[in-house]
Amino acid sequence: MIKTGAQIVMECLLEQGVDTVFGYPGGTVIDLYDALYEYSDKIHHVLTAHEQGASHAADGYARSTGKPGVVIATSGPGATNLVTGLATANMDSIPMVAITGNVNINNLGTDAFQEVDIYGVTFPVTKYSFIVKDQKDIADALRKAFYIAQEGRPGPVLVDILKNAQSGTTEFEPAVPKEILPKNDKLTGESIEKAIDIINEAKRPMIFAGGGVNLSNATDSLMKFANKIGSPISLSMMGLGGCPADYEYFTGMLGMHGTRLSSTAVTNCDLLILAGARMSERVTGNAKTFATHAKILHLDVDAAEINKVVDSTTSVIGDLDTVLSILAEKVEEKTDMAWRKQILKWKKEYPVVVEERGKIAPHNLVRTVAEKMPKDTIVVTDVGQHQIWAAQHYPINNPRSFISSGGLGTMGFGLGAAIGSKSGNPNRKVVLFTGDGSFQMNCNEIVTAATQGLDILIVLVNNGVLGMVRQWQKLMYKQHYSQTTHNRKIDYVKLAEAFGATGFDVTTMDELEAAIDASMDIKGPVIINAMIDKDFSALPMVPPGNKYNEQIFKIEV
Amino acid sequence: MEERRYVLSLIVQNKAGVLSRISGLLTRRGFNIDSISAAETEKPDISLIIIVFQADAHTAEQIMKQLEKQVDVFEIRELRSPESVTREHVMIKVKAAPDERNSIIAVAGIFRASIIDVSPETMIVELTGESSKTKAFIEAIKPYGIIQVARSGIIGMSRLEAPVLKEMF
Repeated sequence: MIKTGAQIVMECLLEQGVDTVFGYPGGTVIDLYDALYEYSDKIHHVLTAHEQGASHAADGYARSTGKPGVVIATSGPGATNLVTGLATANMDSIPMVAITGNVNINNLGTDAFQEVDIYGVTFPVTKYSFIVKDQKDIADALRKAFYIAQEGRPGPVLVDILKNAQSGTTEFEPAVPKEILPKNDKLTGESIEKAIDIINEAKRPMIFAGGGVNLSNATDSLMKFANKIGSPISLSMMGLGGCPADYEYFTGMLGMHGTRLSSTAVTNCDLLILAGARMSERVTGNAKTFATHAKILHLDVDAAEINKVVDSTTSVIGDLDTVLSILAEKVEEKTDMAWRKQILKWKKEYPVVVEERGKIAPHNLVRTVAEKMPKDTIVVTDVGQHQIWAAQHYPINNPRSFISSGGLGTMGFGLGAAIGSKSGNPNRKVVLFTGDGSFQMNCNEIVTAATQGLDILIVLVNNGVLGMVRQWQKLMYKQHYSQTTHNRKIDYVKLAEAFGATGFDVTTMDELEAAIDASMDIKGPVIINAMIDKDFSALPMVPPGNKYNEQIFKIEV
Repeated sequence: MEERRYVLSLIVQNKAGVLSRISGLLTRRGFNIDSISAAETEKPDISLIIIVFQADAHTAEQIMKQLEKQVDVFEIRELRSPESVTREHVMIKVKAAPDERNSIIAVAGIFRASIIDVSPETMIVELTGESSKTKAFIEAIKPYGIIQVARSGIIGMSRLEAPVLKEMF
C-alpha cells in the first residue's frame, strides 16, 4: 500500500508494539505529527514542556517496562535538547529510539533554519544512528533501530528523518519484527567450564551485580545461583531491585557510597563474581587496588567490559540470564554455612550509617515514604545526596523499580523519568525523590504530569544547598562553599498550584506522614517539600582515589 | 607494559558516517592513532579500514573490543607478519637542481622508487613498500631538501583465509 513517510513511521511503531511516545512538535516534524493525529487512537503521545523532559520520559518508560522508549523531536534545538537524554540512556544501556526531523534535502548542509547535524552530534552518545533522506528507507531504518536498541547490550538509537522523506510517498510492506534473542554468540563451553571450576574451588564467594541484572531480567537465575553457592550479593546503584533488598545475604551497595558490610565482604571473599556490572570508578575506587586479593569472575554480555577497568581471572561473555541459569544448574551446591554465618554476623556488627539532626533526617524520610507506599512502587530519583539516601534506605524488592541516572548522573532526570515510568505502569505507584537543585532544573514538567493526570508523588528533599557538591567542598575544599548555597526563596506549594498540581510544605515527621497520607487520594502530581538541615552528608563515603574499602563514616560539620 | 605497533584491518559497512564514527570512538576513548585509511572494496557496500597505532597489549585489546562491537564493523583482525603483508605508498617532492638530479635518480633506483614528475627545480618520486622501507627512503632523500611528503598510511591484508563476516543486516 502507498503511504507517506510519516505514516510509515507510525506503521513501524505499531509493528514494534509501541503505544506510547513522548515528544514535542516543530517545523520539520509537522508531517509526523499529522500522522500522529491520524493514528491517535492507536498511539498515545505525551506532550512534554521541553524535549529534554521527553527524552528522560522515554528513558524512564524503557527502564521501568523493559520496552524501548520512543521520543520525537524537531530539528535543530529540538534535536539538541535530546542530547542529555540520549547520553543518560547510553551510559546506563537503556533501549530508546529517538526520532528527529531534519530540513528538506534541498536545504541540507546549507545552514538552513533549525538545521543541525544531529547525526554527527550524537555519535558519541548513541549506540547507533541513522540519517534517512528518502521515504523508501524509513521502514528499514526504523526496524533496524528498534533491533539495535534492544539487542545484546541495549542502548539509544537515533533516526534522523528529512522533512521530504516524511511527506513523500512510497510503497509500504508490513513486516514482523526480527525476534530479539539473548546474545550468546561469544558464549563458549570452555568459558563456562572455567567459571564452574573457579566457583567450585571457592570457599567464600561474593557476587557484585550491576544494571545488567535488570536489563537481562536475570533476577530469578541470580537468586537461584546465589542460593546454591551460598553467596552474599552486593549491588551497584543500577543493579538495585535485581536482588530483592530483603534477601537475607544482601549486603547493600558497594563503592563510593556503599555499605561497610559490602566492602568487608569483598575484602574477605576469595572469589568475586561481577555480574552485568561495568565497574565504574564510583564502584572500584582506585581500580589498581580493587579486590586484588580475590579471584575475579566477570560475566557480561559486552566483551569490551572484560578487563576494561578490573582485570578478571576468567570471564564468560553472554546474556546474563542465560549464563547465570547455566551456572546455577551446573555448579556444585555449597553446604558449608560458615561464610554465610559470617556475613550475618557482620550485618549485625555494621549497621547502615545514619545521621540524626533537626526534625527530619533523610533516612527516616525515605523509610517513612517506603512504609506508606505499596510494595511494588516504582522509585525514581534525581541526582545528588537524595539519590544516595533513596538508594540506601528504600528497600527495592522488584527489578526495574529503581529508576535513576547512574552513569551520567543527570540532574533534572527525575521528573521526566517519573512521567515515563507512570505512563508505562499506570497501575503502579510512582514516587520521585528529588533535591531542590535537581528539581529546579526541569520542574517545568510538572505541567506535563498534571495535564496527563499522572499520580506521581514527588518528595522534594530540600536542604537549600547543592548538597553533594557542598559535601565535597566540606571534605576536600576547605569549606569553600562556592555557589552551592543557593538559598532561593521558592514557594513550592504555589509552584505546584501554578502548574495544576498539589503541594505541601513539611518540616516535621508528623507533617510528612500526614502529607503522604493526604497524597493518596489526590489526583495528579503531588509535591511534598520536605525541609532538612543543610549539613547532612551521603555516607559512608570513599573519597575519590581511595581504595574501595577505605571508607569514611562521618564528615564533621 | 611494553608498547608495540598494531595494524588492524576492519571490514565495515560502506556508508556515510562510518569512518567518522570509528575515528570519533578512538578519540573519545583517548586512543592515539598513527594512521587510518579507508576505501571501498570489490563489493560496493563494503569498505576496508586499516588503523595503525602504538599501544600496550591491554590498550590494544580494549581498542579491538570497542571497535568490534560497532554495528558497522563486520570483521576485525590484527595484521601481523609473517601471516600478513602490509604496504605504504609515499610521494616525495624534493628540491632537484639540474646538478643533483642524477644523484636523486640513483638513490631512487636503490629503493626501486619511480620518478613521476620533473620540473625545473623539483622532482616527485614515489615508492611503495613496507613502512620500514618508506621511512628509510624518506631519510635517504632528506639531505636533498624535501619540500613535501604525502603518505597513504598503511594498508595490508592477511595471507591466509578470507575474512569471516559476522551477520549483516
